[in-house]
Amino acid sequence: MSDFNIDDKVDITDVVCPTTFVKAKIALEELDEGQILSIRMNDGEPVQNVPRSIKEEGHQILKLIDNEDGTYNLIVKKVGD
Amino acid sequence: MAVDYATLKKGGFMRQKQKNNFSLRLRVVGGNLTAGQLMKIAEVAEKFGDGHVHLTSRQSVEIPFIKLDDIEAVKNALAEGNVEPGVCGPRVRTITACQGQAICPSGCIDTYALAKELDDRYFARELPHKFKFGITGCQNNCLKAEENDLGIKGGIKVSWKEDACIGCGVCVKACRSSAISLNDGKIEVDADKCNFCGRCYKACPTEAWDTVHGYIVSFGGVFGNSISKGEPIIPFIEDKEKLLKICDTAVRFFEENAKAGERFKFTLDRVGREKFEQEILEAYNE
Repeated sequence: MSDFNIDDKVDITDVVCPTTFVKAKIALEELDEGQILSIRMNDGEPVQNVPRSIKEEGHQILKLIDNEDGTYNLIVKKVGD
Repeated sequence: MAVDYATLKKGGFMRQKQKNNFSLRLRVVGGNLTAGQLMKIAEVAEKFGDGHVHLTSRQSVEIPFIKLDDIEAVKNALAEGNVEPGVCGPRVRTITACQGQAICPSGCIDTYALAKELDDRYFARELPHKFKFGITGCQNNCLKAEENDLGIKGGIKVSWKEDACIGCGVCVKACRSSAISLNDGKIEVDADKCNFCGRCYKACPTEAWDTVHGYIVSFGGVFGNSISKGEPIIPFIEDKEKLLKICDTAVRFFEENAKAGERFKFTLDRVGREKFEQEILEAYNE
């Protein structure tokens, strides 16, 4: 994770689809263009679907990190206001 | 004068249990109607029916309670709104489709354009028994391709573009078939596990996949009194002209080999799937 300067973090492991994406989207809205968000999500459906939804919103995905505890951190750079 | 029910049925008029009342099935392609068509249908249902319509299980619309004496007037009224009667009986039925890639983020093919093309090519073609086409845009299979006599499912064949890949690993998790692995920055795709769903490519943040959009075609599905899933012969058809050739071959095979009143599955069972497979492979490799 040291490759990226994380500006903010959000944990979406406490919610289920479709709130996972909504929570991530709201966190991204709080950021300025170019800032980096780390989104912690569960294995299974969230990690299968949330990265694609973030991409379809136009943001830039930098990395998916396996925390090896059944969760992943998706590192996203905000694109647009 | 005796009522010619067969002709009425061919023209989409389904006899109701209420004497001299017909439920008129309309021609709908790929589940789409314009607002203008809907307004005309509403008008006809108010004026000639009992003010309601029925949405059929295969994306058509029926206007019930049309009286025998009004049939010509109903057809003329519908024609003003570019609405035509559909068909029932032993012929090619409504071509059904999901919204596909024109609307749906998961879609891999343009299902509506293909439905229109198949409708132009085959709709109402006389055959030994009913013949249903259904088109679904991706592996999610919202349109249930395999329950049709001929089902078409959109797919995407992928190959990894190393130079564009950032090794983020999103595709490894996006794949539901566990076909993708990432080792030392290199992606490997297990071709035996890949089901052409295209999720890796759709999730990829850097478009690091070369893609070919194509079709997975299944034959001999039935979902009525008997239930059986259509089965593919060729894993992935990359080319639309080949797809149409294969559809032509299947329809011709059914026409030439089926007994009257026999669904495609039972023709295949009786005549032998091997014989059909051979003809399909010949058409494909031609």
